[in-house]
Amino acid sequence: MSKLILTVDDSASMRMLLKASLTAQGFTIESANDGQHGLERMHEVKPDLLITDINMPKMDGFELIEAVRAVPEFRGTPILVLSTEFSDDKKARARTAGATGWITKPFEATKLGAAIRKVCP
Amino acid sequence: MSDELDEIQAIFFEECSEGLAAAEAGLSAMADGDTSSETIASVFRAVHSIKGGSGAFGHGALLAFSHRFENVLDEVRAGRIPASAGVVKVMLSAFDILSDHVTAAQDASAPPVDEAMLATLDDILATKGGCADGADTPAPASEPEADPFGFTPVTAIVDELDPFGFEPVSVSLDDFDAPAPESADWTVRFGPSRDAMANGGEPMLVIRELERLGGRVIGIDSSALPPLRELDPEDSYIVWTLAVPGAVDQGDINECFDFVAPDSTIEILRAAGEASVSAFENADPVEVIEPVAQAPEPVQTTAPVLTLVDNKPDVPVGKAGGEKTGDQGAQTIRVDLAKLDLLLNLVSELVIRNSILTDRLSPADQQRVELPELARLTRQIQDNVMSLRAQPIKQAFSRVPRMLRDLSAETGKQINLETTGETTEVDKGVIEKIGDPLTHMIRNAADHGLEGAEERIAAGKSPTGTIKLSAEQRGARIYVRVQDDGRGINRERVKAKAIEKGIIAADAVLTDEEIDQLICAPGFSTAETISNISGRGVGMDVVRSNVEALGGRVEIQSVPGRGTTFTMILPLTLAILDGMVVRLAGQRFVLPLASVVESVRPEPGQVQSVSPTSEVIELRGNYLPVKRLTDIFGLQGVRFRKPEDSLVIVVESDSAGHVGLMVDTIDDRREVVIKSLDQNLHPIRGLGGATILGDGSIALILDLEALVASTTPSTPKHTLKGLAA
Repeated sequence: MSKLILTVDDSASMRMLLKASLTAQGFTIESANDGQHGLERMHEVKPDLLITDINMPKMDGFELIEAVRAVPEFRGTPILVLSTEFSDDKKARARTAGATGWITKPFEATKLGAAIRKVCP
Repeated sequence: MSDELDEIQAIFFEECSEGLAAAEAGLSAMADGDTSSETIASVFRAVHSIKGGSGAFGHGALLAFSHRFENVLDEVRAGRIPASAGVVKVMLSAFDILSDHVTAAQDASAPPVDEAMLATLDDILATKGGCADGADTPAPASEPEADPFGFTPVTAIVDELDPFGFEPVSVSLDDFDAPAPESADWTVRFGPSRDAMANGGEPMLVIRELERLGGRVIGIDSSALPPLRELDPEDSYIVWTLAVPGAVDQGDINECFDFVAPDSTIEILRAAGEASVSAFENADPVEVIEPVAQAPEPVQTTAPVLTLVDNKPDVPVGKAGGEKTGDQGAQTIRVDLAKLDLLLNLVSELVIRNSILTDRLSPADQQRVELPELARLTRQIQDNVMSLRAQPIKQAFSRVPRMLRDLSAETGKQINLETTGETTEVDKGVIEKIGDPLTHMIRNAADHGLEGAEERIAAGKSPTGTIKLSAEQRGARIYVRVQDDGRGINRERVKAKAIEKGIIAADAVLTDEEIDQLICAPGFSTAETISNISGRGVGMDVVRSNVEALGGRVEIQSVPGRGTTFTMILPLTLAILDGMVVRLAGQRFVLPLASVVESVRPEPGQVQSVSPTSEVIELRGNYLPVKRLTDIFGLQGVRFRKPEDSLVIVVESDSAGHVGLMVDTIDDRREVVIKSLDQNLHPIRGLGGATILGDGSIALILDLEALVASTTPSTPKHTLKGLAA
């Protein structure tokens, strides 16, 4: 059964790009366009993996990760950050919030797929 | 996939322009002293998104520039660089280059020259903004010329984009003195940290990855395992030892430990020989994701896309920037504009069928089949579909603050901008087309309308001039006003100039309003010296023709010494027209009701021939030209009809003032759905389109401006007025 991934990004083109490139690799993709929407969608779709951007309106990626981890049901759900940010303190913050890993944009589709399989086989 | 990528890339550029608009609004607000964290964050986010997408789509130059710009913004956001006037000024210039980069990426043309700006941004980063204050910042103009071949060096930042891992993974390093033979197996020890599973990590997946490389578990150290009752199922206690074939590249083994929690124990060593241990040199447990290797083909065309916003943010009026965060995250979907137009077209058909039914059924039958309810629903659907095409006029207004700041710098005038009604919603097609006219109106107000500070003080005014920009909806029309509190129109000079240019007769007697309107006459320019700002040979006549092309008009009011107001009166939609249905030789035509001034049943002798082909009507002491539409359209059978058996509809045209149109009768007044003729026939001068009336018959819609212009000799109303006087 194909893995269900929720991608959260405020950029429509990024959501579409993720969907197109990951669907081609056999994943099923659901999307949300900001942190708040992402949290709502988590409850709806209960994905196998959450991929989130950091800089987003309403609720940013850090807040989303904290909020997701606060839900007992999602404590074990792997969360990957996909962001153009790459500073160490941002990564440490994501880690503290509960992120499983960090991938820096821009991404190459096959490498992203391989990275995903490491946390969500 | 390639088509799909093109489509996604088109959306990316759509987002870029939205981002640029948001960044511009935010930077403008910052220049006005609004350095609130939300405003700075809105600019940062906009540039950040452009950077993110540009990398994904392989636009290297755009990526490099937006990255450097973002770095400065990030420091400003964090408060490490002050948002001083100097820094904001540099960022405004950087914004211009960013816009050029986006355009270049979209057109697949050479990127703009940006070295000077990159150097300035680096200086700001290095000096924490110190260099931007006091010192003159390099304007884009001071940058080196692009080389003639259009090649400009691109600054690569790939190394900076390499991700660092989370925290360094703890590794045990022994000496490297005795390297093991290449063929020897790897021994890998893996002891997940206590919190390895806390963040959704799964140590077993690492074991599985190693097994995929041919590794096998050869030892399990469970000595740390507590008694069962003390065991925390979410803790890790076991250390695995695996043998991995020596042929496997160490990099591949390292990659298995991507996403492994910090503080885990990881040892990778050659089994044979003296305990030779290798470890992560860079302790980088995260996949190094390289920039996309193959850039997608640049898109040539960007399909128009409309963002649908389902919860309209109530943005406080008159405040640029600052509030931008609210609407960004609104629940939106993107729809191809063509689909929306098709929907509108179908709904229009539905409206027409509805009125056909209303015409054919008796009132009793209408009630029996519940036609009124159907009509009401149809109407609601129509309103709704129209509102989908509506967008806040804010989009057109967002460029103004920036433009005024530049104008202020160029003219040395102090200008204050007040904006109201930004949330007024207008058809997207209208918004796209009012940008140029609005620019001209603003420039005109800043350049010609407002006085310099000294002149203002001498006139007893505040040294700072005010330009008020407003939009409001009144019925089916939108009023966009640009009002200045400047010197007003110098009517003496305007008139003299108009006579000099042969626009009016030397002895013409004009009212003040008529003199004001002359500003919009083709080829008219009042600036004593052609300035850089608004006198480049095009002027308010461009404004007028653009607005008229949209079915709108321009009004000018001016009070000497107090200021001038330019008003664009625009249709709310381009699809529906409030029309007057008239009859001509048995056929029906639709006149735009907005242009109709009055209708007159002429008395015998009120319409007089002044030549074999032209007639005038005398109306309250004025003579207006009268056109027989039957003649213009070559309709038969009514050529020698007496004027007193006809009706004269007086319409207001911009090119020829008031003109009488002779028709047989007035049939009705109704809203009609405009159907384009151009798709099926060539554009026909004098006809603006067609519509289907309630009885199913077709009526042609008259394009008054073209009609009047094509048939009137060039006798503006002013000379006719002079004739009467």
